[in-house]
Amino acid sequence: MTCLLQTRQLKVTIAGKTLCEALNLNIERGQCWGMLGSNGAGKTTLLHTLAGLRPAAAGSVLLDGKSLSALARRTIAQHIGVLFQDAHDAFPDTALNTVLIGRHPHAKTWGFESAEDIALAQNALAATGLEGLELRLISTLSGGERRRVALATVLAQDPALYLLDEPVNHLDLHQQIAALELLSARVRNDGKAVMMSVHDVNLAARYCDHVLLLFGDGTLMQGPTGTVLNRTSLERLYRHPIVSVAGPQGPAFLPG
Amino acid sequence: MTRPRTLLSILILLSLASITCALAVGSAHLSGPAWWTALTDSTPSLAHTILWELRMPRALAAFATGGLLALAGALMQVLLRNPLADPYILGVSGGAASAALLLMLIGAGSAVIAGGAFAGAMLSMLLVFGLAHSRGSWTPTRLLLTGVVVAAGWGALISFLLAVSPLGNLRGMLFWLMGDLSDAGTPWPALLVLGTGLLICLPLARSLNVLAHGELQASALGVAVGPLRWGIYTLAAVLTASAVALAGSVGFIGLIVPHLLRLLIGSDHRVLLPGAVLLGGALLTLADTLARSVLAPQQLPVGVITALLGVPVFLYLLSRTAARS
Repeated sequence: MTCLLQTRQLKVTIAGKTLCEALNLNIERGQCWGMLGSNGAGKTTLLHTLAGLRPAAAGSVLLDGKSLSALARRTIAQHIGVLFQDAHDAFPDTALNTVLIGRHPHAKTWGFESAEDIALAQNALAATGLEGLELRLISTLSGGERRRVALATVLAQDPALYLLDEPVNHLDLHQQIAALELLSARVRNDGKAVMMSVHDVNLAARYCDHVLLLFGDGTLMQGPTGTVLNRTSLERLYRHPIVSVAGPQGPAFLPG
Repeated sequence: MTRPRTLLSILILLSLASITCALAVGSAHLSGPAWWTALTDSTPSLAHTILWELRMPRALAAFATGGLLALAGALMQVLLRNPLADPYILGVSGGAASAALLLMLIGAGSAVIAGGAFAGAMLSMLLVFGLAHSRGSWTPTRLLLTGVVVAAGWGALISFLLAVSPLGNLRGMLFWLMGDLSDAGTPWPALLVLGTGLLICLPLARSLNVLAHGELQASALGVAVGPLRWGIYTLAAVLTASAVALAGSVGFIGLIVPHLLRLLIGSDHRVLLPGAVLLGGALLTLADTLARSVLAPQQLPVGVITALLGVPVFLYLLSRTAARS
């Protein structure tokens, strides 16, 4: 079986700095990956490269065995959904209309959204706890609510692979868990895959079966969460002492 | 989807009403029945000539100019992702004005002036694109800044041309600069550009909706951002150049109309683009009717009317937007 997303000898650079070199990554359906690294380590840049939104310095990214650079943007968008760190809306629009743009890669050129598109968007809003806010203008929502509108947009897009840049940023504790439960359910039950950057080590430990650590100097570590995520690797990652304590779901990591 | 349909129907009625109004108002007073006979009966008469050879071409020229500017404005606003963008933001009107005034100075005819204005507008657009282009990429901000600076350059050239022009030419030049339809030639080329332009951008309207949420986001949702942006910029420049060639630089229509529609129906470009054509056309037709009748027989440049009405409307909209956010 071919991997959903694969990188071959991928090299990513930004402003002359090498973020990773010769990365061979295999993301399979049913896997949830967490990407960890300090500020500026290149998490966003790598995510954008995996989505085909910026060219790689060397190597290639393959979607179902085909090189991203050979695929039309629309085809890529039918399989890969991206949640960005910030939204840049030029004009005020309602939450429902914003989520509906997630259906764009699946829509015909002419005409308005189908009843099915609207139902999918409404389900996505409900799944992220935004029921009743459909007709509110985005500009009147709180930061956490806007974040959930962005998440609902990717859910409405319904891709096979979710590339999420800090999906739980701005969310309160309950909403963080709710969003990650929702994503893990999609991974487990619908055969989707997730690659997300996170700053919360313990959320990564709880929800990700694989992790990718970006050290910011061009080196990285990847593998199953249980083997890669430990005190030693985290101390190297964040250049800060870490203590590991026994928690209800395995070890919990605290800053020392 | 009843609301967009209702709105577009209302706008079609408004457009027809504005053209009827433009046909009905003028210095030669016609009674109702005489007006109707002249409109529908093809027997040659003075009234028939006034209606079909004077008022109708002018009404259509006004409608085309308004529609072109409003459509170009709506496109520029989404491309530059700036609700304050207007069709002239890339220095298009300055280039057109410089060429037109130069031709007026050497005494060229009105068709040559129109052609020169079109060429000047396109030249300015290419200049702005060329200068804003750096290492294979340009951002809306860079484009906007370049446009503003190039427009300032054209402004200096325009002042120079006005300063060296003989007194007899100044009135015509001033009218041209403010936007004026009394010398407008045949409206058909502009109407053709307007119709073609609308047909080209309607299938792209959904992609423009996505583009309003950011270029990266649009790219991630399957929009080929690069070609879309180039195509729409070029289209907007051609639309603006056609309007400027016909009527000089009429202000405010291209800024206000898309804005007004966004407040009424939101930012769905599938409704906004045809709506802008209709509302822009109707408003400029009404403004031009006012311009030629309010101080009759003295004619005012239509740009004076659009600015006089546009400034308070725009300030009101701005304060409303500020209060909402």
